Amino acid sequence: MRRAIALLALLFTLPALAVEPSEVLADPALEARARTIGQALRCVVCQNQSIDDSAAEVAHDMRRAVRERLTAGDSNDQVFAFMVARYGDYVLLKPPFKTGTLVLWLGAPLLLLLAGSALLLAARRRQRAGLAAPQPLSDEERRRLDELLATARCHPERSEGPLRQSERSLGLRPRDDS
Amino acid sequence: MQRRLLFLLPLLTLALMAGFFAWSLLVGRDPAAIGSVLVGRPAPRLDLPALRAGDPPLTDALLKSGKPVLVNFFASWCAPCLAEHPLFTRLGEREGAVIIGIAWKNKRDEAEAWLKRLGDPFKSAGLDLDGKTGLDWGLSGVPETYAIDGNGIVRMHFRGPITERDLNESILPFLKGAE
Repeated sequence: MRRAIALLALLFTLPALAVEPSEVLADPALEARARTIGQALRCVVCQNQSIDDSAAEVAHDMRRAVRERLTAGDSNDQVFAFMVARYGDYVLLKPPFKTGTLVLWLGAPLLLLLAGSALLLAARRRQRAGLAAPQPLSDEERRRLDELLATARCHPERSEGPLRQSERSLGLRPRDDS
Repeated sequence: MQRRLLFLLPLLTLALMAGFFAWSLLVGRDPAAIGSVLVGRPAPRLDLPALRAGDPPLTDALLKSGKPVLVNFFASWCAPCLAEHPLFTRLGEREGAVIIGIAWKNKRDEAEAWLKRLGDPFKSAGLDLDGKTGLDWGLSGVPETYAIDGNGIVRMHFRGPITERDLNESILPFLKGAE
């Protein structure tokens, strides 16, 4: 029972449309097209709502005009052109691709490309530097290492100290970048 | 050293953003402005029933008379229209401007009573009850005002009430210059 109620409640979480029953066209195919167009047209008084989502007077007029144009036999593109002729590119929720909108369309991908290649380059450079083989120990270094290791073995409780020291003096510890 | 320079990047970003915000605040940019595509184009058609009883219907004949014309969309239910109305009365009476009034989504009786009460500066007045003409004019609401030159080309489009400043800095110079 509770599950049924929850499911029922979920059904009512659909986005509320402002399209009024009186506006809906009798022809379901035309109405479906009107909805597609209505979702892509921006209401001119509410910044970022589509006309289908807006209860503004102008949005109501625009929905009606869309349906009138469709009923008169216009194609979807013609309806968009009709609106752009009156309200400009502003009414299109998806802005057209032209000189004025180049930055809008290409800015983000370009930035991604730039940052991506910079990261890749840096990573490759780091890899190349890391692959250089370490220099073999010289005779003198080897002698000192053996000596230190021998001391460490004789004094197990102090093994920590001298070992650390020897490592540092021999440059065996990874170089600290800071 | 090069690595140190990298730490300047966030600071640079901050400076860029601060610069953008400062520019936005100082230049007076209005991000809510939607502009108008009508400016520079011929005025859309006008074919409306007259608002005042006994008047001939409102057509665009007045828009091509060779004289500049102001077209004002208003409604009696709109408070900003009330605020800008005295400016139109002044334009009509003192400056002799030709003003066309269009009552948008307004009942005839109410619009007429409103004009009777506040003064009627309109040379010709129409009634756009269903807002279709408004849509053709790219109207987003009321009040909106268009300045049209003698050749019927839209030269200015004010969204929202006109102000004393609009009157002095744009409309009056336009009316004088376009004649």
